[in-house]
Amino acid sequence: MPSNKSVSDAPVVQFTNCRILKNHKLQREDLWVREGKILNPEKLFFDEKIPADLQLNCKGSIIAPGFIDVQINGGFGVDFSLATDDVRPGISLVSQKILSHGVTSFCPTLVTSPPSVYHKVLPQISVRNGGFHGAGILGVHLEGPFISKEKKGAHPEQCLRTFEEGAFQDLLATYGCLDCVRIVTLAPEMKRSSEVIQELTSRGICVSLGHSVANLSQAEEAVQHGATFITHLFNAMLPFHHRDPGIVGLLTSDQIPICQQVFYGMISDGIHTNPAALRIAHRAHPKGLVLVTDAIAGMGLAPGKHTLGQQVVEMDGLNSYIAGTKTLSGSVATMDTCVRHFLEATDCTVETALEAASLHPAQLLGIEHQKGTLDYDTDADFLLLDDRLHIQATYIAGDQVWRRNTFTL
Amino acid sequence: MRLVILDNYDLASEWAAKYICNRIIQFKPCQGRYFTLGLPTGLPRDHPESYHSYMWNNFFKHIDIDPNNAHILDGNAPDLQAECDVFEKKIKEAGGIDLFVGGIGPDGHIAFNEPGSSLASRTRLKTLAMDTILANAKYFDGDLSKVPTMALTVGVGTVMDAREVMILITGAHKAFALYKAIEEGVNHMWTVSAFQQHPRTIFVCDEDATLELRVKTVKYFKGLMHVHNKLVDPLYSMKEEN
Repeated sequence: MPSNKSVSDAPVVQFTNCRILKNHKLQREDLWVREGKILNPEKLFFDEKIPADLQLNCKGSIIAPGFIDVQINGGFGVDFSLATDDVRPGISLVSQKILSHGVTSFCPTLVTSPPSVYHKVLPQISVRNGGFHGAGILGVHLEGPFISKEKKGAHPEQCLRTFEEGAFQDLLATYGCLDCVRIVTLAPEMKRSSEVIQELTSRGICVSLGHSVANLSQAEEAVQHGATFITHLFNAMLPFHHRDPGIVGLLTSDQIPICQQVFYGMISDGIHTNPAALRIAHRAHPKGLVLVTDAIAGMGLAPGKHTLGQQVVEMDGLNSYIAGTKTLSGSVATMDTCVRHFLEATDCTVETALEAASLHPAQLLGIEHQKGTLDYDTDADFLLLDDRLHIQATYIAGDQVWRRNTFTL
Repeated sequence: MRLVILDNYDLASEWAAKYICNRIIQFKPCQGRYFTLGLPTGLPRDHPESYHSYMWNNFFKHIDIDPNNAHILDGNAPDLQAECDVFEKKIKEAGGIDLFVGGIGPDGHIAFNEPGSSLASRTRLKTLAMDTILANAKYFDGDLSKVPTMALTVGVGTVMDAREVMILITGAHKAFALYKAIEEGVNHMWTVSAFQQHPRTIFVCDEDATLELRVKTVKYFKGLMHVHNKLVDPLYSMKEEN
């Protein structure tokens, strides 16, 4: 029997005059929030019989779930792979700055580094909720060192390792602590990778394939053992070949287990991938596309030299290369520019572009019942955007944690 | 009665909406003096097709009504008869219904007062006729076994007590029911016919719904449209005046 008593004394906020992304469509609906969660207004109306305490006019804005960046190496001068005694100020700075890019949750990424770096840095990072202090940390993404020499990209060769001797124990010894690790990128053609993938997956860690020369069968075997992600598709892997599509072939593979889906990261900054290639991937497997920035320390700063773990990179404002070479090393794109570029390059719907940065990464990490959507009872992490997808305001747990200077409700 | 005939569904809906707006404005509601709008109700609460969801999605969420002023019969109440009696009491306490808006079933029923319902009936539990179950199957994926067979409904007598009644009828499949309701006698087999004895009834329909009426009837009422349209001339709402 529904009671007429209020379930909570916390204020109910109603965002009106907006279009919200719900059930994969932008709909003219109000968004109701209470105590950091998205509220079901129908239950509020009939069960609790109370109106909103505060109504905010969003002036026709689009409301979308907050973006989730699962591959970001640093930014604003901060390099997550640097072995400092206290990494927290750096992480806090980045987590705060990316709020203006629409990112409400992220996975700080560490590139290939010597074990000493992992042993120093990893214990200092913990999963934490976002808020006024910055975007939430979902866990660390470890990209390397168990990757292929031929496809190391910007990763330092001297730090690459294999796990053919002790399999998972080797991995554990290298990283030290796996408590806050969320994603591990490795090359599946390496000996004993199947055992490692299986063990990581059983611990709830998402395994991603990348920096690899694997062929399609090796990639499919990895997926069958639990791998669910591809790190920056097309980059640092064998190119698509019509008789052996390699890792790229996973997008249309028929060997994927029924209850599993393969997701793939795309850096849609206009540099890492030709728009035509982006379109091919998107059309082949639209539901699996996850936008990532792969941003490095130079993101948000003026052109110049920065570090990326053990390497020195040069950034000229748009591109970032290993100093003195033409090898791409991360990007300086922000998540919202990636979303806008993706929208333009693929001519997809606004809903699709927004979901590639919110729903899909949430599904990849298995947290879509909590984040990545505007469903009732999920975390109230959301963005107000204009029609051209420029961020006007960012909310975490219902609190406005950032807004554009010219924008007020 | 008034019979207002518009060209199509959209125009009929718009006319009816404007009329209701005007009636509310003319009533000059204020604190302590509420305009009581009556609507037909029925299905169990939790079903996605329930009247609660229907009323929320199509009406309540678009307006700023105080939730305490919205009363819907609860099909999940432990004592259904008591629920109905309380509903009648609430209507009395609100000062009676100022305007009741309803539709007509293909079997000529008003709310869920199926053929054979007493024309003096009050709010109660009714078993639905097969016609009604068939008509509602579309909301339940066409599966007849999923359609509720019983519903709580306001009675014919309850609606007759309203100060004004508006019936909306659109579509050719309702044409025969409209004919029976207004061109034949008062008959408990076509419960909408009861409103022939109500002092203020207005039927709003589209062209298709008039297909079974006599040409004479249709021509007469169409000739009165200039009078009817005065009823929907825009009135200034008190919000604008202030």
